[in-house]
Amino acid sequence: MSELTMGKALNEGLRQAMRDDDHVLVMGEDIGRLGGVFRITDGLLDEFGKLRVVDTPLAESGIVGTAVGLAYRGYRPVVEIQFDGFVYPAFDQIVSQVAKLHYRSQGAVKMPITIRIPWAGGVGAAEHHSESPEAYFVHTAGLRVVAVSNPQDAYTMLRQAIACDDPVVFFEPKKLYHVKGEVQLGTALDDAAPMGLARVARPGTDVTLLTYGSQVATALDAATAAEDEGVSIEVVDLRSLSPVDYRTVTASVRKTGRVVVTHEAAREAGLGAELIASVTERCFNFLESAPVRVTGWDIPYPPAKLEKHHVPDLDRILDAVDRVLDKPNSMTGVEL
Amino acid sequence: MPAHAGCPTKARPGKRVTMVHTLTPTADLKTDVDDVARLVSATGERVRDADLDPWAADVDLAQLQGLYRDMVLVRRMDAECMALQRQGQLGLWAPCNGQEAVQVGTARALRADDFAFPTYREPGVNYVRGAKPAEYMRAWRGEAHSSYNPYELGSAIQQIIIGAQTLHAVGYAMGIQRDGTDQVAAVYFGDGASSQGDVNEAMVFAASFDAPVVFICCNNQYAISEPVGIAATHPIAGRAPGFGIPSLRVDGNDVLACLAAMKWALARARQGHGPSFIEAVTYRMGPHTTSDDPTRYRTQDEVEAWRRRDPIARLEALLRTQGGFDDEFAAGVQQDADTLAADVRAACLGMTTAPAITILDNVYAEPHIGVDEQRRWFGAYLDGFADAEAAGEQAS
Repeated sequence: MSELTMGKALNEGLRQAMRDDDHVLVMGEDIGRLGGVFRITDGLLDEFGKLRVVDTPLAESGIVGTAVGLAYRGYRPVVEIQFDGFVYPAFDQIVSQVAKLHYRSQGAVKMPITIRIPWAGGVGAAEHHSESPEAYFVHTAGLRVVAVSNPQDAYTMLRQAIACDDPVVFFEPKKLYHVKGEVQLGTALDDAAPMGLARVARPGTDVTLLTYGSQVATALDAATAAEDEGVSIEVVDLRSLSPVDYRTVTASVRKTGRVVVTHEAAREAGLGAELIASVTERCFNFLESAPVRVTGWDIPYPPAKLEKHHVPDLDRILDAVDRVLDKPNSMTGVEL
Repeated sequence: MPAHAGCPTKARPGKRVTMVHTLTPTADLKTDVDDVARLVSATGERVRDADLDPWAADVDLAQLQGLYRDMVLVRRMDAECMALQRQGQLGLWAPCNGQEAVQVGTARALRADDFAFPTYREPGVNYVRGAKPAEYMRAWRGEAHSSYNPYELGSAIQQIIIGAQTLHAVGYAMGIQRDGTDQVAAVYFGDGASSQGDVNEAMVFAASFDAPVVFICCNNQYAISEPVGIAATHPIAGRAPGFGIPSLRVDGNDVLACLAAMKWALARARQGHGPSFIEAVTYRMGPHTTSDDPTRYRTQDEVEAWRRRDPIARLEALLRTQGGFDDEFAAGVQQDADTLAADVRAACLGMTTAPAITILDNVYAEPHIGVDEQRRWFGAYLDGFADAEAAGEQAS
């Protein structure tokens, strides 16, 4: 085991994937000599050369579109979108081409493309640098969407995503790039939990707290705080946002009977809506109270000095926990 | 360098572009369709072009006859598919009538191991790539999204999103570079697509990486109803040099010029000189698709003027002057064309629609718990009807 930051774990995951398969190549803006603006590709140019570590022109549709052509040719491109808010120029290529080519070709053309996206807020960044666009991609059939919450998952799931014959949109919380954790390097992928499986990050009995990405840490903090008040929260780290591992989710909800979902993305038609709809369909008779979402507000991402009021924090999560437990909370007496 | 000039000098050492057709600036693109490189005049005379002649020098009479046959067969297949749509057998068809020369001429220059990236209007390219009768229209009938396996044909799925395939071709060409072969990617798109960001990004990437790709802009004068003048106030071929890509503007109704231009571009790519651009000036004689009504936006006089530039009649005239066209040859070609049409019709009418449950196939390449679950739900739902039918049969 090594103690690595998530950024370093991702770097090691990329390096291992490139050593394992010489058809893996990475491409994006500033990923070569600079090593990426977050240094996730640091050192790869020296080890693998410029044919496999490709500094591209600054055109996101061009990056993803040429990755499609490379995949047509049998390559496994790993694309870095520099920031979450920069992915939209590539949206057509992702939705109409990357996601659909296997289906459109009756399975003849595989699109094993990994689209890495430094993601979400909490880092005091400029506008367009803190967005949570995951619902757009979750809504798109043909894509797999994952979000990592710790260095071990970052290392393992990135290798799994690259090895997967389907396209994977891979969300990396920027806020966690410098957070350290124990990482087992070099393990066989077959020995690791599949990236499609959710993980019970903390067992509990009273409330199920569903979340992913950087919100996992906040959720775990909330669970620790709640324990002091005698409330046992089970935190489920979804890991895979599409597909969602409903076996793990429903097992938890049927045990606790109460559900809170938290994510940083805006509320309307966000992943929380889908999760609660699906949980309600599957677990209606087990529910003791109406499920509750704790999300970013339905606003464009706010300025850095105000972002702490947007990203759900420990107190907002505990407020929602009070609500599903029918305890006094901020919504008491407020008509929805 | 003026915007229209076709004289790129790459700002890199060791790269020289030797051949580019010089363009004349004009604001009225309708009148400059003759500002092109050509080898066969509209009346079928072999004319000289210093740029193209070297690339047509080895084309013999038999090859010319083959190009004629190709174009007649493509037009006949196209007409049959139009008819099949009118008879309710196809949901839609995008005819290529009038554009046979650019499709056949450029595609005939490709090797089998090259890879084409056609649009929905390039059945002539796929004819040359060896499409079987059903592979022209399975998608247009609504039986599948692709009419063929791209790897069997050496031709990507016909692209509907305008211009998106140009980036795929460049990426594919980047793969060729990494594999160290001398294959080439050839991408087709229209005058309308030239406005798309993807097409312009594709040229940036292709030039930056010296990708072995040929851009073939089939300027058929219209993007549905919008004349090319809305997309371009100067010849589209003039844009490529700005990206550092040598460019040729050819008569797209002259199959020999299209073949020669493509051989030039392919030779450049195979020799490691990177991308080339060909604007083939042609005309869409039919509607945009079977759903379109071109009488709303263009005159019959205009269409008739282009009919006088017809690529097939033009080559027939050339063949006659060279002693390569007689009744026997014409009859043989017509018979082959009718046979192809009959085969296309039979293949179309013989198609069976896949079972309902198959709509859930191939969404993903690997097992997927979400789709697998919906397959179980949908399967159980469908099975319910099967039970009801069985019960009905028993009762009767």
